[in-house]
Amino acid sequence: MTAKTWTQNDPLYLDYQATTPTDPRVVEAMAPYWTTKFGNPHSRNHHFGWEAEDAVEVARGNVADIIGANPKEIIFTSGATESNNLAIKGVAKFYGDKKNHIITCVTEHKCVLETCRALQGEGFDVTYLHVKEDGLIDLNELKAAMTDKTLLVSIMAVNNEIGVIQPLKEIGALCRENKTFFHTDAAQAVGKIPLDVNEMNIDMMSISGHKVYGPMGIGAMYVRKKPRVRLVPLIHGGGQERGMRSGTLPTPLVVGLGKACELAKKEMAAEAERLRDFQNRLYEGLRQRIPEIFLNGDLESRIPGNLNISFAYVEGEGLMMGIKDLAVSSGSACTSASLEPSYVLRALGVEDELAHTSLRLGLGRFTTEDDIEYAIERISKEVNRLRELSPLWDMAQAGIDLKSIKWAEH
Amino acid sequence: MTQGAYMDHNATSPTRPKVRDAVVRAMEAGGNPSSVHALGRKARRAVEDAREQLRTAVHAPKSAQIVFTSCGTEANTLALTCTGRDKIWAGATDHSAVLRVRDGVETIPVDVNGLIDPFQLDEMFAGGGDDVIVSVMLANNETGVLQQIEGIANIAHRYSALVHTDAVQAFGKIDVDFESLGVDLMSLSAHKIGGPLGVGALIATKDVEITAINPGGGQENGVRGGTENVPGIVGFGLAAEIATSELDGMAKVKELRDTLEARILEAAPDATIIAQMAERLPNTSFIVMPNVDAETQVMNFDLEGIQVSAGSACASGKTKSSAVLTAMGQHPDIAQSAVRVSLAQTNTIEDIEHFISAWTGLYQRKHTAQSAA
Repeated sequence: MTAKTWTQNDPLYLDYQATTPTDPRVVEAMAPYWTTKFGNPHSRNHHFGWEAEDAVEVARGNVADIIGANPKEIIFTSGATESNNLAIKGVAKFYGDKKNHIITCVTEHKCVLETCRALQGEGFDVTYLHVKEDGLIDLNELKAAMTDKTLLVSIMAVNNEIGVIQPLKEIGALCRENKTFFHTDAAQAVGKIPLDVNEMNIDMMSISGHKVYGPMGIGAMYVRKKPRVRLVPLIHGGGQERGMRSGTLPTPLVVGLGKACELAKKEMAAEAERLRDFQNRLYEGLRQRIPEIFLNGDLESRIPGNLNISFAYVEGEGLMMGIKDLAVSSGSACTSASLEPSYVLRALGVEDELAHTSLRLGLGRFTTEDDIEYAIERISKEVNRLRELSPLWDMAQAGIDLKSIKWAEH
Repeated sequence: MTQGAYMDHNATSPTRPKVRDAVVRAMEAGGNPSSVHALGRKARRAVEDAREQLRTAVHAPKSAQIVFTSCGTEANTLALTCTGRDKIWAGATDHSAVLRVRDGVETIPVDVNGLIDPFQLDEMFAGGGDDVIVSVMLANNETGVLQQIEGIANIAHRYSALVHTDAVQAFGKIDVDFESLGVDLMSLSAHKIGGPLGVGALIATKDVEITAINPGGGQENGVRGGTENVPGIVGFGLAAEIATSELDGMAKVKELRDTLEARILEAAPDATIIAQMAERLPNTSFIVMPNVDAETQVMNFDLEGIQVSAGSACASGKTKSSAVLTAMGQHPDIAQSAVRVSLAQTNTIEDIEHFISAWTGLYQRKHTAQSAA
């Protein structure tokens, strides 16, 4: 099973956290819903509508299944960004007059941070938890931040840049104890690590289609029924999705997301094992060939498909230019068009110079052993070449502490 | 069951084969348009090409903003709640996505054909119309009636209102010209024109300031966060191009529709076609079979392999009678027994014959039963 065969003209795709290729089996499952079974699932009184509605409900079951939820607790959205917005704003607007404190974390996805910032403008108090050097939050800090006014804790399951897994079960337990809702952005986690909304006491969860080998343009949100979480919807209208999200459901995309979840659930364990092996080989291979490289984020509490490495003395953008045949990212995709050092790496305490030298290497379902060897070969060759051209590297090798240098202003 | 008997194209239209192929190709190509590497840049180019295809299809100027969304409903929400106007005035027969976009939407009354009387709108403004956004759909989804948007926009602009039109149903069936309609904002949806489900767009003049509904990674000029649905957008662009290039073919659809209506009225003198004399979309017919519940009709037609609808799809499972007809001041009996037929260029004269025979068959059965009772 391969998504496509890489030819010499295609870059080798190592950017699975930006987007995952749609699994061919997903594309196949969607196929009939474009042209033959194309009914509007809300057309409740004719054949085509029923067929579409049935397909939607099967998919809803598959999405629920992968996170241990009841299908009735799943609503479909256009993606994780919408789910994150809906969860945070929706709860804030519904309960805001009773509780007005939200806790999140500095390394959250931009859309969570921006939503929280917008709520601050509307009078909410927001606590932004720090992360430790390993990228994980400090549970004591979370506990200390909670008050009887804390309405919501929103902590992502897996970070999009460094792949670290937050202690969801422990966070969930603290939230339940404090009668606080727990939302988690699980876009990078679903299908990568086992998730169970009941065991982890998760009240709301955001899910993305195109990060689990499903289609773009579709996501889902888990909204707990017992105890019930209530939301003010962002998109009003036809009243679809239990009134929480109006708009015609895109049957093919919903079917695709369902299929992707079904496949992920079935193959997660074996896939994780394979990718853990690849991750180790890649990291070890690079470490053996390149001195002074630094892994950002914890290695243990991390999804197997991610490495984020700083290659000291080599500028990340320059490195990317040198390895054009590898599709990698130097930050999260949404911000990688800018040259600001990653706020996630900064939050770990990575210095700007080192943050600028980092690459995110994302591995996934269609990565092969040969790809790993090729990546080690290309990256090490290019890093070593760039370092040979670098005066900083020369000085460092000569034992000069670069921090002691007083640079002339110009 | 043959696909040819599908006559519910205003609910959704099957994806055009060429569009489906393009969507699948884009799915296979992959890539996040925000990624800097070659694959990301390719995805970015595909999105921007689609934006230009759509711009051309609706005759929007170079300067106009085109924001891709997840559907027409999201585009409507963005237009009405994220442009900073205090009051929302919407046509009484507008889509529920508009009427319920938030609390306190005021309705602009319509006449028996569903048309807004410009004088009444003028009076509404005279009675206090500061900080308003007016929203009127270009073509009604149930009746197909076309509003005089140009005139409405003229009046509204005199009072410095913003003007939005929901062109979801009109696009692809008639020539939709953003510039000559004179509106500030316009919503579109892909799946009504043979594009993929799950993608819509908002067109806006360059001066309209839109704040994000879902802030996020800064995509779509900061107006609409979230990774772009690249395959969907590619499919929308292509569908827009094909649909507008095939508009000439709508004359044939109108002929089929007119034949259907003439034959129904011939067979059943007490039947009514809603707003038959008004200017309508060429593909839509809203037909009243007296004293026969719309749901019953739809079920019967479905058994005969014909898909039609009792009103708009989002509400069809939930309400007994058409809200559009009620707003038009039609008698509840009529509102409960109207069925919408909506055609596309793929429909044939055989489909029409099939429908007429099913319709008259049911009509006669009910008629006989009623006479006997």
